Amino acid sequence: MKKIIKTIKIDVDKCNGCRACEVICSAFHAAPKYSSTNPARSRIRVIREPLTDIYVPVYAGDYAPAECAGRDQYTIDGKEYEECAFCRASCSSRDEFKEPDSGLPLKCDMCEDDPPQEEPLCVQWCLNDALIYEEREEEVEEVKLGDMEIGLESLVDKYGLQKVIDAVARMSKKE
Amino acid sequence: MRYAETGFNLEVDLTRGNIERVETDPRDTELYLGGLGTNAKILWDRVPPEVEPFSHDNLLIFGAGLLCGTPATGCNRTIVSTISPQTKLMAFSMMGGFWAPELKYAGYDKVILRGKSPDLVYLWINNDKVEIRDASHLKGKGAIETAELVRQELNEPKAQVAAIGLAGENRVYFASIEQGRSSASRAGIGAVMGDKKVKAIAVRGTKDVHVARPAEFFELCTEVLEYIKFREDHPIPGVIPILAVLGSPQEMQIHDEKWHTENFSWGNARLRRKGFWTEEIAKEWHDTLESMRRRLISCYNCPLKCGATIEAPGQSTYMMKCFTKLTYAMGAMSERLEFGLRIAQRATEYGVDGYSAPQVMAFALELLEAGILTDKDFPEMPDDSAHGNEERFYYLLDKIVRREGIGDVLANGTYWAAKEIGNGAEEYAHNNIKKIEQLPLKLGMLNPIFFLMYCTGEKINITQIEGQFPQAPFPKREHREKFVKDWFQVPDDKFKQYFLDWEPRGENSNPYYPTVEMACDIVDWQERMHYIDDALGVCAGLSSFHLKPPYHIHNYPKFISSGAGLDMDEDKLTQATKRYRTLVRAINIRRGMRRKDEKPPDDHWRKRFPELEQELLDTYYKFKGWNNEGIPTKESLYELGLDYVSDDFIQRGILHEENN
Repeated sequence: MKKIIKTIKIDVDKCNGCRACEVICSAFHAAPKYSSTNPARSRIRVIREPLTDIYVPVYAGDYAPAECAGRDQYTIDGKEYEECAFCRASCSSRDEFKEPDSGLPLKCDMCEDDPPQEEPLCVQWCLNDALIYEEREEEVEEVKLGDMEIGLESLVDKYGLQKVIDAVARMSKKE
Repeated sequence: MRYAETGFNLEVDLTRGNIERVETDPRDTELYLGGLGTNAKILWDRVPPEVEPFSHDNLLIFGAGLLCGTPATGCNRTIVSTISPQTKLMAFSMMGGFWAPELKYAGYDKVILRGKSPDLVYLWINNDKVEIRDASHLKGKGAIETAELVRQELNEPKAQVAAIGLAGENRVYFASIEQGRSSASRAGIGAVMGDKKVKAIAVRGTKDVHVARPAEFFELCTEVLEYIKFREDHPIPGVIPILAVLGSPQEMQIHDEKWHTENFSWGNARLRRKGFWTEEIAKEWHDTLESMRRRLISCYNCPLKCGATIEAPGQSTYMMKCFTKLTYAMGAMSERLEFGLRIAQRATEYGVDGYSAPQVMAFALELLEAGILTDKDFPEMPDDSAHGNEERFYYLLDKIVRREGIGDVLANGTYWAAKEIGNGAEEYAHNNIKKIEQLPLKLGMLNPIFFLMYCTGEKINITQIEGQFPQAPFPKREHREKFVKDWFQVPDDKFKQYFLDWEPRGENSNPYYPTVEMACDIVDWQERMHYIDDALGVCAGLSSFHLKPPYHIHNYPKFISSGAGLDMDEDKLTQATKRYRTLVRAINIRRGMRRKDEKPPDDHWRKRFPELEQELLDTYYKFKGWNNEGIPTKESLYELGLDYVSDDFIQRGILHEENN
């Protein structure tokens, strides 16, 4: 099975820290479209510390209900990057990627639009090419039943068949 | 609902510690747009001419441009207005960076400071929550250092901080306000902030800024971006490198400084060094910049890279802007860019204007050489170094910002210092207009356009009135023809003809061509575009400073109508601009400015033409609706709806009921 993978290549060396990506992201996702601007609602954030030369555009990914247990620190080319600088999660450890008034999580949708945009708006507005949009096809293997059964068996072993059935029933109701 | 603007100002009474959020009158937006325009209205209404710069009654207004916070590219300017200690007139210095949009997102168009705080404080604006906080621990700290400390203390890395350094605290007349990668530097507004005992204003905002007609506004923004890309791929041929491309200008990107270093004067605006830019110097400067420049950076929502973070080994990082790259080196007669970049770090932390400070120091050293000041005035000053006056500049800069010894006199700028020193020192304060140090340019033949701009520009800085029209004629007609072909930014096709017929030599050359009438037209257009930028908050680097910019008189009305929801066209915009431009003049006229003050430095051009110059000024005044003293007439004030100005002038005897 083939699947289109949408990616944004981020070149932190080319970022000039202007935050045009944040501006246009928040405007595009306003209702009606472009009616308001507010970088605090943007689904892309530039982690920006000019004096230590840190410029990292980060896209909002999935919501994480809890913060991680450990936080890593990266040193790249002598620059120390803060915990979370590369993390896409909307999580309780920080203010990023949450609606400022409701606190609801934000997530990048690659500017889904009708008719579709050629590229996400942040990429279109980044004239310095720090953000480059790419699509590629990937072969995705279909999940084989055998693998799933192995997993289920281990769950049944652990919790008993009835509990697993109940859990599956509950999950299917939610969907 | 208000569009583009928030409709609220923050009024801070520092004496009483009172803070109020005050709704503004939407009719003022129609009449004066925003930014500079509404700042001028507030100063006219609330600061009478008797008010001294360092008085409780002087206001310090931080105004965000009308379109700041919208997606309009490069629209990020804060217009800071007050009464200047240097000129005693209205100052409206401006800064880019990130502060104005953040203020809009916090829900305010302006911060208006009045009174004086008893102790050093800083202001923390966090959406609806606004606090005056103790800043005693920040006393004496550098401007960039302060911004960093405030962000840490508030635990708010996204706060934008405008701060003063030691120069502002000590009320140096050319102290700046530093912020982001920018600063509001001219006319000593940092000194007024220091006088009010406000070390910094930190802002964080997470609210929406709305536009009236989103689809149309977005379309206009897209066109501007497309045109920026086009201009990047098509530099203008036949002009110097910094003018060929957009930007404010992109000084930190461009290595070729032949034009600045050979055409501008060194020292105290004295010496032109033809042949300075040798291959050896070019290489050394190139290598220095490459080794110290960490990254090219921008202001909010702008793709151009006019600034850079500079890391000189052994010094803390700072953000360099524009021409400061050269002013200290040239002032100190140093041929080393390294010195320029190093001393600028200190000057930025101290917070001083990069035009005035080096000239003040060069002026002091000339006075020493001339024997008007003596060695006793400069105790323990280092001897000449191998590289001009490098060491002495460090010494003098320290003395000035601390107001120690002769530094206390020099801290008032060349005009006031010369007056105080006397003994012929006035001759050496030779490069001022309206008491402010100018770019160190000394040229040959009078240029009628620049003559008018130097005389009447009330921002008192040539870069803040020039632009749009080429600075000099192109040598060949075919080049000129090519230039005008896609010159759609002109307000009228007659400007193309003016330029086509402008020759470097012969009958159609300076000073008698462009003719007096043409010069009036050209100056008026150039000035108008700057004033529009200053109300909207658009950087001159994408607009009025440049030939063929993406913002111009034809798309601006659409930006304003679809953005702010005002009913706007080219005529109405021209009229509104004329209104607040006239109001700026009215404030200055009420404070005593007259024709006698409107002149370029005597030695600006070698070849002068007194009769022509008189005719130029007479005609331009008339063209602007001003009388022969430069005072707006009753008739022209009424036409602009500035009846209240006319009434005030008549009451004060500045104008007379019958006889203008």
